[in-house]
Amino acid sequence: MPRRLLQLLLLLLAAVALPVHAGEGHVPKPVLTIEHPGQCIAPPEVMRRTHMDMLKHQRDKTLRLGERGAKISLNGCIECHASRKTGSVLGSNENFCQSCHAYVAVKLDCFECHQPKTGMLKSAATAGGQP
Amino acid sequence: MANTAITFRAIDGKGGFYGLLAACGALLLLGAYGYFQMEHHGHIITGMDNQIVWGMPHVIALFLIVAASGALNVASTASVFGKSIYKPLAPLSALLSLALMGGGLAVLMLDLGRSDRMIVAATHFNFKSMFALNVFLYTGFFTIVGAYLWLMLERRMNRWSQAAGVAAFIWRLTLTTGTGSVFGFLVAREAYQSALLAPMFIVLSFAYGTALYLLTLAAACAADGRPLGDIILNKLKNLLATFVAASLYFVTVFHLTNLYFTRNHGVEQFILLDGGIITGLFWLGQIAIGYVLPLVLLLAPGATLGRILTACVAIVIGGLSQMYVTIIGGQAWPLDLFPGYAAKSSFFDGEIHSYAPSLVETFLGLGGFAIAAIIVIIALKVLRLLPEKLDNATLDPHHSK
Amino acid sequence: MSEQQTPDAGRRDFLGATAAATAAGLGFVALAPGMQLIKFAEANASTNAATGQFASSKVRWGMLIDTTRCATGCTDCVTACATENAIQPGSGRPGQSSQWIRKIELKEQKTGREISLPMMCQHCAEPPCVDVCPTGASFKRADGIVLVDRHSCIGCRYCMMACPYKARSFVHEPLTQQNPEVPRGKGCVESCTLCVHRVDKGEQPACVEACSKGEHTAMLFGDLNNPDSEIAKRIATTATSQVRADLRLDPGVRFQGI
Repeated sequence: MPRRLLQLLLLLLAAVALPVHAGEGHVPKPVLTIEHPGQCIAPPEVMRRTHMDMLKHQRDKTLRLGERGAKISLNGCIECHASRKTGSVLGSNENFCQSCHAYVAVKLDCFECHQPKTGMLKSAATAGGQP
Repeated sequence: MANTAITFRAIDGKGGFYGLLAACGALLLLGAYGYFQMEHHGHIITGMDNQIVWGMPHVIALFLIVAASGALNVASTASVFGKSIYKPLAPLSALLSLALMGGGLAVLMLDLGRSDRMIVAATHFNFKSMFALNVFLYTGFFTIVGAYLWLMLERRMNRWSQAAGVAAFIWRLTLTTGTGSVFGFLVAREAYQSALLAPMFIVLSFAYGTALYLLTLAAACAADGRPLGDIILNKLKNLLATFVAASLYFVTVFHLTNLYFTRNHGVEQFILLDGGIITGLFWLGQIAIGYVLPLVLLLAPGATLGRILTACVAIVIGGLSQMYVTIIGGQAWPLDLFPGYAAKSSFFDGEIHSYAPSLVETFLGLGGFAIAAIIVIIALKVLRLLPEKLDNATLDPHHSK
Repeated sequence: MSEQQTPDAGRRDFLGATAAATAAGLGFVALAPGMQLIKFAEANASTNAATGQFASSKVRWGMLIDTTRCATGCTDCVTACATENAIQPGSGRPGQSSQWIRKIELKEQKTGREISLPMMCQHCAEPPCVDVCPTGASFKRADGIVLVDRHSCIGCRYCMMACPYKARSFVHEPLTQQNPEVPRGKGCVESCTLCVHRVDKGEQPACVEACSKGEHTAMLFGDLNNPDSEIAKRIATTATSQVRADLRLDPGVRFQGI
């Protein structure tokens, strides 16, 4: 029954399409305040597309292989990008990481364990993560 | 042959069907509540801590998983050991096995500290770990037993069901060996570190699974008004009594061996004499209610359906007690880092660790029972699992009785 | 049903076979880069290890604890560890708080002799916690430090059951005050890291540093594989022992005076 099939498909399409628009207008577009002007480790277009891969591969090199001082460093990102107001990359939809991630609804798992605030280092003898 | 005259029919679902389903649904909701609370707040709201790291959810989940393996017994007796009188009982046996396994696994996975990382567990494997091997054993179990069930239900495929039955039998022996080895491989703890735990878990599974099967069969037949004859009941009763006796044997050998080793006297004294609730659950729950009482009820002459079912309930209580003693008792006894020395520290070295289960983790555990029950109830209604009649005349028309 | 092969059936079989072959081929192609990457990473690791940029198996970090100098009631090492790794007491029961190092007060049952010593992850050469971890999150680094990769830890606590030294803790509640160099979080298991973040900078673990600064100097840290290190020289000449040595796990932490 092609007509039935077509009706079913249209119904499914409508069911999928509606929720897609449900969130429009509620989550503000990302606001990126760059607190420390200068160069990131790669151009913004590259960072936007690949920062997740960079972090995913570097974390294994640092943790399992013991590589230190690499160009890619989560602490490095945080030191540079943390909001001057809150001192963190989380806390409001205007903070660096949270802003984009809230908009695209991708849950940030990093900060279950990693410290999102700057200036929390315990050891006195290190400059800690400064780029 | 008598068996070809047996027709299978789904239950009518009248009477208390929807009521029972709703009750199980309510229990499931409680389990979900327990899970979400634990996932959101962390295990801080539970009775578990750094001394008793596996608690009530594991006790219940492991009981369900071990019983799941044993619930397949009735089907194996038909397919593997060729006792054709059990063949009509086989589909329900396979389904119950899948349901119990589903319920147990769900609880186990929801108790993880990072239950959002199940994808990680399914893609990163350390094959020396029993848990990693279990991912394959359990997935394989669902596949093989699922196929076995289908081959039994699909009449045109019935001739393959025996091969599937043999495969399922071997697979679940491997799986339960793995479950026992989860503890048996732990050299650190005096209550575990034993190769006997693997076969012991297999024998325990026979008892728990058959008991739960009998309870399910009797309940389903009674609810739908289907006759259940005493020929099949007597056979199942004798099977169950054998399994309980074998379980008692394994537990006895395990403890006698441990008692022979002087270095294990401490942990044995703890379990058998002065462990408080652990000792109580061992002697009263596991031994008296779990083994002695069922043996008396099952083997004394004149066993009625009521006595058999009471024995089954007692075996279930004994099983839960055994899991509590094994899992909690094994953790309660402190590690002996310095033999000959009494130790004291801020991390509870040298002292018996206590455990008080919280409501949320108990709800999560009970949710596992709910999942299994819901699967069985719905399957009985949707699939043709249960023979119309299991009375003496249908099963064995030439029997003299 | 007729067994006769109609042209359509022949075409269907051909399409089916091609689809299956394509799927298999695509599957292999999808996997192949992954397999290549693993080889690439391994090759890189071994080259870089030679230049000293990565942790190297030429080194084996260990500790020597002189229990005759360890004082009952002194908890300098415990305090230093808690400060360095930002370990706060939990908000639940005391048993739910993490403890990476603890002081154990021992009393020999027959003689009454008393010993005090710190106990932490022993960084075994054959760690049972690594054996039982289903995801491989519990791992041993090339230089002998046993760590938990919290990116893969699923919080199953099997390693806690397996550890003969009760070294591991489970984080029971959300954390917010972590040290940026020591990530730790709810739902993952953790234990003494031998202050890997300090060791990689050429410093000593915080507990050893605190003990050295205090009056007891009971803890010594160093490279067990280097015969010229102080720890290797002490171990070669003085009587030392490993805890639960009969388990043959070859811990990297040794004790003097037990």
